[in-house]
Amino acid sequence: MNSIKYLFAAYIATWLIHAVYLGSLVRRFSRLRQQLKELGKGK
Amino acid sequence: MKRLFPILAVITAALLAYALYQALVVAPTERTMGDVQRIFYYHVPSAWTAFLLFMVNLVASVVYLIRRNPKADAVAVVSAEVGVVFCTIVLVTGPIWARPVWGIWWTWDVRLTTTLVLWLIYVSYLVLRRFSDSAQTPVLAAALAIFGALDVPLVYFSIWFFRTQHPQPVIGGGGSLDPRMAHALLWNWLAFSCFAFLVCWSRYRLEMLQREVEEAHAMESLAGAGAAASVPLNRSRQ
Amino acid sequence: MNSSPSPHPSSLWSITLATLKKDIRLEWRSKDAINSMLFFSLLVVVIFSFSFDPNAEESREIAGGLVWVAFLFAAVVALNQTWARELRNQVLDAYRVSPAPANSLFLAKALGNFLLVTLLEAVMAPLFTVFYNLRSIGPAWQLIPVGLLGTWALVVNGTFFAAMSLRTRSREIMLPLLLFPISIPAVQAMVEATRIILAGEGAARFWIVLLLTYDVVFTTACLALFGTILHAE
Repeated sequence: MNSIKYLFAAYIATWLIHAVYLGSLVRRFSRLRQQLKELGKGK
Repeated sequence: MKRLFPILAVITAALLAYALYQALVVAPTERTMGDVQRIFYYHVPSAWTAFLLFMVNLVASVVYLIRRNPKADAVAVVSAEVGVVFCTIVLVTGPIWARPVWGIWWTWDVRLTTTLVLWLIYVSYLVLRRFSDSAQTPVLAAALAIFGALDVPLVYFSIWFFRTQHPQPVIGGGGSLDPRMAHALLWNWLAFSCFAFLVCWSRYRLEMLQREVEEAHAMESLAGAGAAASVPLNRSRQ
Repeated sequence: MNSSPSPHPSSLWSITLATLKKDIRLEWRSKDAINSMLFFSLLVVVIFSFSFDPNAEESREIAGGLVWVAFLFAAVVALNQTWARELRNQVLDAYRVSPAPANSLFLAKALGNFLLVTLLEAVMAPLFTVFYNLRSIGPAWQLIPVGLLGTWALVVNGTFFAAMSLRTRSREIMLPLLLFPISIPAVQAMVEATRIILAGEGAARFWIVLLLTYDVVFTTACLALFGTILHAE
């Protein structure tokens, strides 16, 4: 059925959005850990 | 506490997989809409989760205004951000569902429109938090959250009345649910709730880490300035 | 200023009026801001009229939306300068430490904005009527309460959000960004009521009641939270 592609689009879109958000969290985490390390060195 | 996270993550992943199986395989095909209707099992739990998170934000905001507890403020930020993510999913899956079923992308459906307005309010909340340079940003954000909460019932009523004057299609289907469909829905709701909890937990840890870094930065610049001053500054960043 | 521990209504009101009169006097002395806003309002009407050129039948249907969107733009321009003078002269700190209740400052500013925006609307509405050859089928007098309630809805929240935007980057964009989502039910009510009255469809009462409810709810919220916001800056 043609409309199946909509079903997959919806499910994929859902996980894509979650993935983008989780990815941004990971990136922010690593940047902050980096900053903490630098601050530790600065002292 | 830290060991709990991976265990919960594995459980949640299993729940999500099982819920997906329920949604795609176990639940029967809907008579009128066909398999496209299965979008329902992602659309509705996302909506419930988003609304729950926004309610958490409201409570946290009120608590913050009364107690000025920074942890309450952190909960507010976290719930707003993750709520917006889930809300975005509702607004994306809604039209994807509507298009093949009703031939239109958008309709001023009560729930969809209220979701849109909530999304707008909370995006503006996040923008305020990011653009506000004041140390009292949490207070401003909390006030905005309260305004948003007051607004939602008004939005609901205005759309509801509008629709009695201008009938439009309803997204999200009413009527009774086959028990197997109800099961699939509840499994997905459970799975996504656990998932949302884990995401919030991670975001909360990120927020705490961020505040720690900002604290450290502030201390460092104070130390630099204090070296020149004779009296040590006694200001703590709250 | 009197330093009474719990200001009773008459002193709240008299301080509000005094502040309002002072604001009006100051604005009147240098009419630059008002004149440029008036001209801006005129421009908005003309641009809209060029862009949307409906016939008489259509214009009654869409005039509500057009007029109120135009009013919204004019209101944002007016609201953005709410605290400009206080910021320029760094007076806000004085307000924070004065014993005068914060609400009287808020009411004065909100009323001042209300008068200003109503003035702009009074200029724009006849222009729209001319450009769109508007003739109301329903009772045109009902447009007055719609106009007053709708304008207050925009102005009360707008004044509040203008104060919230003071310490933000991109202050001028922050105000509409905060105001528009919250104003959605009010704008819908204004537009629908106007459309119904112009097209003579009758049932504008629900929308007027909704506007009234909106005004009461948010005026209360603004008055309740303004003190917190003011001291938060």
